[in-house]
Amino acid sequence: MPEMHRTKQARDRYNVLWEWANPVKFMWFSGLALPWLVGATVVTMAVGLVWGFFFTPEAVNFGSSVKIIYVHVPSAMMAISAWFMMLVASLIWLIRRHHVSALAAKAAAPVGTVMTIIALITGAIWGEPMWGTYWAWDPRLTSFLILFLFYLGYMALWGAIEDPDTAADLTSVLAVVGSVFAFLSRYAVNFWNQGLHQGATLSLDKDENIANVYWIPLLFAMAGFGLLFVALVFVRTRTEIRKRRTHALELRERMADA
Amino acid sequence: MPELGKYADAVLWSWAATLGLIALLVVMTWMQSRKAKADLDAIEARRAAKGN
Repeated sequence: MPEMHRTKQARDRYNVLWEWANPVKFMWFSGLALPWLVGATVVTMAVGLVWGFFFTPEAVNFGSSVKIIYVHVPSAMMAISAWFMMLVASLIWLIRRHHVSALAAKAAAPVGTVMTIIALITGAIWGEPMWGTYWAWDPRLTSFLILFLFYLGYMALWGAIEDPDTAADLTSVLAVVGSVFAFLSRYAVNFWNQGLHQGATLSLDKDENIANVYWIPLLFAMAGFGLLFVALVFVRTRTEIRKRRTHALELRERMADA
Repeated sequence: MPELGKYADAVLWSWAATLGLIALLVVMTWMQSRKAKADLDAIEARRAAKGN
């Protein structure tokens, strides 16, 4: 009997987790969290970016171009993380049919796209003085470019299909397929020891990681970009929920008028 | 302003592009959010006036 009781408790806890996928509960929770989230985003981004730009020294081999890592590394990290968030949300939609998860995936795509564009642009600008070229068909750069094209395809697919559930189904499948390139974007450097892009800037190994004088402001910048992503996805998901509610009410009005 | 030496253009263009794109994303997100809220408020007010 105690065993059964424990199982029921565990199941109840599991079900409580899914209650957050309820649109009303999500709107309530996100409405409460957003002011704090926006405040934390502004503070961490300001600390990381101001510290990184104004108060870090030149690096021995890279000169002042080292300051580009404060925008390049966090945006590249978020470009990949955004796709993985979309993957998880898409899987939840495919398995559990929670509408909020499908809308959250849709909401994250433009944010991930902008992060990918920033990573590509800042990488190219950094590449010109360092490698002598803005672009090379290097494994990491190429997989990042393909990831960008996947983002465009994902958003185009949402826009092209009128039925929201069909759009959510097809975009979820695309998110699963595209996750291969999100994964490759992260690990291409490790798989293929060729191309211009250097290995990972950050490492858990203290000897391989960048010096603390660059690392600490970079941590703030990465946290800031991460919080910015969460805040924007919250706002955009709320927008998608409102749009869907408006659409449903318009349909009801039209049916009542007919 | 820190001394950026020969990499000044690269650093400044990278930061300008990043901050510009993020600002654009934030402004567009905010405008879309306001519009969606206004549209929903309008239709709910209309329904309330009709007594639905």
